[in-house]
Amino acid sequence: MADNIEQNIEKHQYDVVVIGAGGSGLRAAIAAHDAGAKTAIVTKSLLGKAHTVMAEGGIAAAMGNRWPEDNWEVHFRDTMRGGKMLNNWRMAQLHAQEAPERVQELEDWGALFDRTDDGLISQRDFGGHRYARLAHVGDRTGLEMIRTLQQRAVELGIDVFMECTITELFKGDDGAISGAFGYWRETGTFIAFEAPSVVLATGGIGKSFKVTSNSWEYTGDGHALALRAGAALINMEFVQFHPTGMVWPPSVKGLLVTESVRGDGGILKNSEGKRFMFDYIPEFFKAETADTVEEADRWYDDKKNNRRPPELLPRDEVARAINSEIKAGRGSPHGGIYLDIASRRSPEFIHKRLPSMHHQFKELADVDITKEPMEIGPTCHYVMGGVEVDPDTELSGIQGLYAVGECSGGMHGSNRLGGNSLSDLIVFGKRAGEAAAARSAGTSARSSIDGHLAAAEEAALAPFDPKGDENAYTIQADLQQTMNDLVGIIRTADELEQSLKEIEQLKERAKHLKVEGARPYNPGWHLSIDIHNMLLVSECIAKAALARQESRGGHTRDDFPGPDPVWGAKNLVLTLNSSGDGVDLAEKPLPVMPDELKKFFEEK
Amino acid sequence: MAELKMRVWRGDDEGGALQDYTVEVSEGEVVLDAIHRLQATQAGDLAVRWNCKAGKCGSCSAEINGRPRLLCMTRLSDFEPGETITVTPVRTFPIVRDLVTDVSFNYEKASELPSVSLPPRDADGKRRMAQVDVERGQEFRKCIECFLCQNVCHVIRDHEDNKPAFAGPRFFLRYAELDMHPLDTHDRRELAQGAAGLGMCNITKCCTEVCPEGIKITDNAIIPMKERVVDKKYDPLVWLGTKIGIRNKDNDGREAAPKQKASPVKRPR
Repeated sequence: MADNIEQNIEKHQYDVVVIGAGGSGLRAAIAAHDAGAKTAIVTKSLLGKAHTVMAEGGIAAAMGNRWPEDNWEVHFRDTMRGGKMLNNWRMAQLHAQEAPERVQELEDWGALFDRTDDGLISQRDFGGHRYARLAHVGDRTGLEMIRTLQQRAVELGIDVFMECTITELFKGDDGAISGAFGYWRETGTFIAFEAPSVVLATGGIGKSFKVTSNSWEYTGDGHALALRAGAALINMEFVQFHPTGMVWPPSVKGLLVTESVRGDGGILKNSEGKRFMFDYIPEFFKAETADTVEEADRWYDDKKNNRRPPELLPRDEVARAINSEIKAGRGSPHGGIYLDIASRRSPEFIHKRLPSMHHQFKELADVDITKEPMEIGPTCHYVMGGVEVDPDTELSGIQGLYAVGECSGGMHGSNRLGGNSLSDLIVFGKRAGEAAAARSAGTSARSSIDGHLAAAEEAALAPFDPKGDENAYTIQADLQQTMNDLVGIIRTADELEQSLKEIEQLKERAKHLKVEGARPYNPGWHLSIDIHNMLLVSECIAKAALARQESRGGHTRDDFPGPDPVWGAKNLVLTLNSSGDGVDLAEKPLPVMPDELKKFFEEK
Repeated sequence: MAELKMRVWRGDDEGGALQDYTVEVSEGEVVLDAIHRLQATQAGDLAVRWNCKAGKCGSCSAEINGRPRLLCMTRLSDFEPGETITVTPVRTFPIVRDLVTDVSFNYEKASELPSVSLPPRDADGKRRMAQVDVERGQEFRKCIECFLCQNVCHVIRDHEDNKPAFAGPRFFLRYAELDMHPLDTHDRRELAQGAAGLGMCNITKCCTEVCPEGIKITDNAIIPMKERVVDKKYDPLVWLGTKIGIRNKDNDGREAAPKQKASPVKRPR
């Protein structure tokens, strides 16, 4: 391959390089730019296409526009309880405190949220949130966020490197970040960045599962880059299966059906027509959940005197309940259960509040959701786990390396509440951008990256030098099947052990890839690089899931059905092993919440 | 599984041709599923853009049997059984490879467009707008930037030389959105007419026809925007009023928007 090596690689110097252009990456870049740093955004898709556009329901923020009783303390409490108390308390606190101002800021930059009758930003109900709290734009809130931040970043003139994939991070002799390396997808030529601060904002890992709501980009790039740079991941056993994904037709299986359907009055029914969620209210949420249909239905208009419908329990509870109903043979014809809003709300209301859902079902499944119920089932949606960071600055264990959004860990504990993702992006995006800029301002010496370039190039081009006959697409499909079957919503020790064996076999096969074609815009080559990230991150998930012998939030063990307070006090930390071909796992005590915050959990 | 006959354009900026494929497909699938199966089993290097596969990101624009469509929202059942499906890249933008085109034209036009400019917030730190007033802009903000409207607009589809002077329907939508924002303080009418070339649009409605979001681009954005420009520029009463110092209410609190700078979006060196 020597003749393929470029002698003169395109090179750039920046103070801050942000990898990823979803909500958290754009917000981090804006903050870094505002703080005076020369900032670049590097994204493997076109600007404005990031997975954030898929977020539908809204941005959770205790603005109190509908319920003046709401405040950050209630939001903090809801978030911690939703995460089954495994969240990093400080992140949950900062998130609840700062989300309202971050939302107002989006409006300053041109976002057009739905309004209350008083003209304020409207807020809608969602699972696990005590009050109507999600700022929203119909059911396309993520699109509004991405477009607003994208337009702001362009207005500020922040450099954007589109369709440019980062394959490696570099470190200087001092062990701190010195830059990043990648390729332009369009030409297949290489590009290198010299920068003392790098912010990972690469999103999640869901493309390792067969039934998923996630896009092609979700290959765990940031998770893997961080591991290889020497940073640690936490909470990786916690993968959120969203209760409501489409189940038919097969080609859209897993596609998200927003929780807003339930927030706006939709209910879940089995094949016998029974509203079954009343049978699945766990002890932990009994005190705040309605136990009769009448009380549940009154709640939408009178939250003070009624408790929340069980359809709006946190996502992990609802997903498990649906799973049980299907397993018990009370599923729908295509293996899901029914989500019904047609019999509960007028067509006008549905068109106004859920236009994308109406469009999606009409176009893709020939179902009119104003007339008939939807068939839905759980789908892999979000990874709670990610890079272990300092809660105030989002700094990882490596100097100069920051992580935000879905690729960071800790904020959501063992289960994320709906709406808390979009707010997470902008709260910690801003914090990371500012911290990254401050570090660069205080680092006058820049480490050279030249010594790393040849090896990085060679690694990226390796798939063109065939060492076998393996097809990356086939390995990806096999990995997706393995994760789906063995590391899915309900787990057992036997299956997890089996999954680790299969992942090892896939890793071995991935050493023998063959790519057809040339370097310009070659998806087969791109996947041959991404597949290694997917395998490494999948190993993290399976390993942590096998170690955690309890059920909590997004991690359900059939062989350890209940939560265990001993496990509830510790995190599982994953790092790259010494040979660099797998991961090591260690236990670490959870940060202890100060007494003044503990009081929020004592009243009930 | 059934067999589908496809013709897919393969090539790059130096040329290419339609290639015939036969691919297995199953019930309920969309064209993008068939393209993905081609990739996975027969043509690993087939270049195609896609992200969400749910009609929300606007990445997978292409021409299917000559019609500009999203690959992920075009169901195979829309075609006759046995019909050959031909997939070609969008025509208005330069080819990168196979079904992928260079859409940087759109990012350049986006950066020329002055962003929103709002007055200070209310005393309590919040802003107030009526739902009925934000709804007009909300329709335009449904845009997923698939650029199919840009692709089909004959002002640039058939006249490459118009590109420097013409922003295209996607950005007229943005001008209209900002002009109808209940709190925005900028006046972009001259820019819309001058730099963006709004006058070159002769309202053939091709853009509206292909919009996968069903936005009434021509009726709700372009025509009202044209009227606003005309009101300012050619209405004799307004003209007279300006001359003798009577202020037009439409200009109250609004100042001309500054011209914007070059696109910060980078291309390979």
